[in-house]
Amino acid sequence: MALLELKDLNVAFEIPDGEVHAVTKLSFSIDAGDALAIVGESGSGKTQTMMAVMNLLAENGSASGKALFKGEDLMQMNAADLNKRRGKEIAMIFQDPMTSLNPYLRIEQQMIEVVMHHQGLTRAEARAHAIEMLRAVRIPDPERRIRQYPHEYSGGMRQRVMVAMGLLCEPDLLIADEPTTALDVTVQAQISQLMTELRAKSNTAIILITHDLGVVAGLCDRVLVMYAGEAVECGTVEQIFYQPKHPYTKGLLKSVPRLDQPDDSGLEAIPGNPPNLLLLPEGCRFRERCPSAHDACRDTPPMQLDGQGHAWRCFLGPTDE
Amino acid sequence: MTQDSGMLKHTLRRLLGLLPTLLMLITVTFFMMRMAPGGPFDSEKLLPAEIEANLNAKYHLDEPLLRQYFRYMGQIAVLDFGPSFQYKDWSVNELIAQSYPVSLTVGGLAMLLAFVLGTTLGIAAALRQNTRVDYSLMGIAMLGISVPNFVIAPILILLLAVYAGWLPAGGWDWGIASMVLPVVTLALPVTAYIARLTRGSMIEVLHSNFIRTARAKGLPESVVIRRHALKPAILPVISFMGPATAGLISGSVVIERIFSLPGLGSYFVTGALNRDYTLVMGVVIFYGVLIILLNFLVDLIYAWLNPKIRYDEKY
Amino acid sequence: MTKSTDSPVIDPFEAALGVHADKGRSPWEDAWHRLLKNRAAVYSAFIMGTIILLVLLGPLVVSWESDFTDWDFTSSPPSFSSGHWLGTDAVGRDILVRTLEGGRISLLVGLVATLVSLIIGVGYGAIAGYFGGTADRIMMRIVDIIYALPFLFFVILLMMVFERNIVLIFVAIGAVNWLDMARIVRGQTLSIKNMEFVEAARSCGVAPWGIIQRHIIPNLMGVVIVYVTLTIPQIILVESFLSFLGLGVQEPMSSWGALVSDGAQDMESAPWTLIVPAVFLTVTLYCFNYIGDGLRDALDPKDRL
Ligand SMILES: Nc1ncnc2c1ncn2[C@@H]1O[C@H](COP(=O)(O)OP(=O)(O)O)[C@@H](O)[C@H]1O
Ligand code: SF4
Ligand SMILES: [Mg+2]
Repeated sequence: MALLELKDLNVAFEIPDGEVHAVTKLSFSIDAGDALAIVGESGSGKTQTMMAVMNLLAENGSASGKALFKGEDLMQMNAADLNKRRGKEIAMIFQDPMTSLNPYLRIEQQMIEVVMHHQGLTRAEARAHAIEMLRAVRIPDPERRIRQYPHEYSGGMRQRVMVAMGLLCEPDLLIADEPTTALDVTVQAQISQLMTELRAKSNTAIILITHDLGVVAGLCDRVLVMYAGEAVECGTVEQIFYQPKHPYTKGLLKSVPRLDQPDDSGLEAIPGNPPNLLLLPEGCRFRERCPSAHDACRDTPPMQLDGQGHAWRCFLGPTDE
Repeated sequence: MTQDSGMLKHTLRRLLGLLPTLLMLITVTFFMMRMAPGGPFDSEKLLPAEIEANLNAKYHLDEPLLRQYFRYMGQIAVLDFGPSFQYKDWSVNELIAQSYPVSLTVGGLAMLLAFVLGTTLGIAAALRQNTRVDYSLMGIAMLGISVPNFVIAPILILLLAVYAGWLPAGGWDWGIASMVLPVVTLALPVTAYIARLTRGSMIEVLHSNFIRTARAKGLPESVVIRRHALKPAILPVISFMGPATAGLISGSVVIERIFSLPGLGSYFVTGALNRDYTLVMGVVIFYGVLIILLNFLVDLIYAWLNPKIRYDEKY
Repeated sequence: MTKSTDSPVIDPFEAALGVHADKGRSPWEDAWHRLLKNRAAVYSAFIMGTIILLVLLGPLVVSWESDFTDWDFTSSPPSFSSGHWLGTDAVGRDILVRTLEGGRISLLVGLVATLVSLIIGVGYGAIAGYFGGTADRIMMRIVDIIYALPFLFFVILLMMVFERNIVLIFVAIGAVNWLDMARIVRGQTLSIKNMEFVEAARSCGVAPWGIIQRHIIPNLMGVVIVYVTLTIPQIILVESFLSFLGLGVQEPMSSWGALVSDGAQDMESAPWTLIVPAVFLTVTLYCFNYIGDGLRDALDPKDRL
């Protein structure tokens, strides 16, 4: 049984101008201990997918479909049951480390409350555990720094605190939403390294959300590519990087800076903008920007499977260029 | 440096910053009083010119204004507000000493009531945002802001004192019954304002990212609100308490008049009407010091609740 | 957030201000639509319109003069047969007419004093914001100080200085009530001054007046409109406070505050003398506050207090 399985997840937001279809009929699954990357341009619905799973959508948002965690549907769960899983079995690291910690509470309080609540540790035990965790994410002098407030930490340090906080209860699933965006390159590498180590140590499954394909390769086994709220391609890291099938994935790959190429030479962002999520076009959502678009693309393209775990939503066959 | 010494420095700096405020208040009031046409002995129409001159000389009103000003400043430096012009046998110190306990009691109780009730209602409304409870609470709060004290007071007197006979219609005997109506009417507008303020800030806080983090930890909603949302939601109310004090003092002038309370406010109004310079100055200075101290206290509480300020003062 | 592909942002300055030009609706139209959806504000505007009409035209229609003392009907309760629909006071003056005429004064005070405070506030705030630095710090410190003082005391002192002249009441109240406006305008001036687009526009050769007209005035207008609707009721309230204390308008003129004060004297024998002006005053304040609230939400949906 998969650890987490999404079935036909839809997320929509009610706004005065209509309904924003942020996620449409999204299905995927992840096994225990696996690492899955979700990639796509900003606004493609990556974050909101996970918010729906955690039941943390904004008030104007609503979700439908199934999110089976260890076989139980998180969407149908009451608050008490959900709270037994959030923070304990599923942890989430949010996109913005600068605002995701409570500025009015010491780091200590924010960390120990997780273990005290879920594992019933005493304050002293929880504190010891939290310090240990801060040390694991390489925060220097954790005994002193745990007494500090978030604004006394730099952005990178806060992100580490978020990672440490997420791992306190050794969750079965860690969702990391762009954990390295907005950090400088060395810190990025350190945080990726950290997650790889921790994954090896505690068999935590990881869903890594990013719009940067560069960080995916080292950390993940599989990749899900999202565009305008839909899954457009899914496969192993090798399949996605070396045999991309969907024109959008190919475009994304072209825009990844590579160490073996001189600066900027192969770098080109995909021209155009994603469609308006209020008024989604008929047929393939990528059509307006797709270099391979043809008449057939006015219909909704099917999800094609190659039998080896590689799937893509396009009319082009496995061998088409 | 430790956090506490940072706080101490913050405190001292703020205290020093308050002196110019007080000085300005005294100066402006002094000259405004003197600019007003008429003098303290005008009402005694039949006073022969000679006696009036004598009186003026006795109170140094015949000296140049600037001289009077410095004389006065020297006086209040030793906390002597001088004799009242209007209440002949009383010194201003005596009048204030006699009346401030009443004003302070009514004002303090009203402030307490407004804070407790206002924040409670505001939070209750925020947690039920856009429900019928929210709408009716906010409708009532708007009414509280819109209906003036002096309209509510007579209506409450009419209903609870005159018709029902449960409470006295006015007067002051230090009994609870004589406090209820003045305190409640004085507190109402502030309560309403605080309720709206709290609701707004609580809603804003509940939308912030760190609340989402707290929820993602699997904490029960009650803990999320108590531990994570309450303090930031209350902070704007704390900083409002300064202006609220000023508002309460303004309101107390009216309330004391309506309920015939022997407080400072009534002395201020009669003093102003009769150009009782020393009395008006005394009341203004007394309230000025009170407001400044309260603002200072509010500042301290704010800094104490807000780790960012504590921290910034360290360097 | 979601931008349709077929409407690229043409005006970079609009982009800098976050004004979304798509869908062909101006921000003003957007605000207007949001306002119309706010039922409390719409009802309030309707009621307020009615009250204003009544106050302006009513005294011309009702057959009584406001200072006519009808000795046959002193302290008479509301009735149609006496012709005094809302009753009379202790000396037989018609409550309805007096209330409507008092309303003229109250509304006029609100309007004129708001204008005075607007002028002072805009001037002070714009100067502080424009010069910045030490001047700004000192000017804003003064505002902070005045903020902390009981407003009513100053008004009372001002009233004494200027005697009780109705025009000066307007000025005195306005002169003490400009603090909020000064703060708002200062903030706006500062942020506009620091906006890159102003520099950018200048270097692109766009006329300064063009920038002011297209970007700065609309930005400020919203704030000012909200401020004005919320200040008018405040000032009406202060005037009525003063009149209640006997420091406001003088007989035979009257205002809602003065009428409530009179009514409170006789409320046991003739409650209508209290209730009628009190209702007019309260409903007016209530409506203004709701309209101001609605405007604030409509013009700046994020920032609600
Ligand atoms: N509360 C909301 N109301 C309306 N639209 C929203 C809301 N939250 C997110 N969206 C929209 O949903 C879409 C998907 O957002 P998101 O999942 O955050 O994208 P990303 O892939 O960058 O994480 C975006 O177009 C965003 O504007
Ligand atoms: S279905 Fe057509 S338009 Fe869409 S990605 Fe494939 S080729 Fe391009
Ligand atoms: Mg995102």
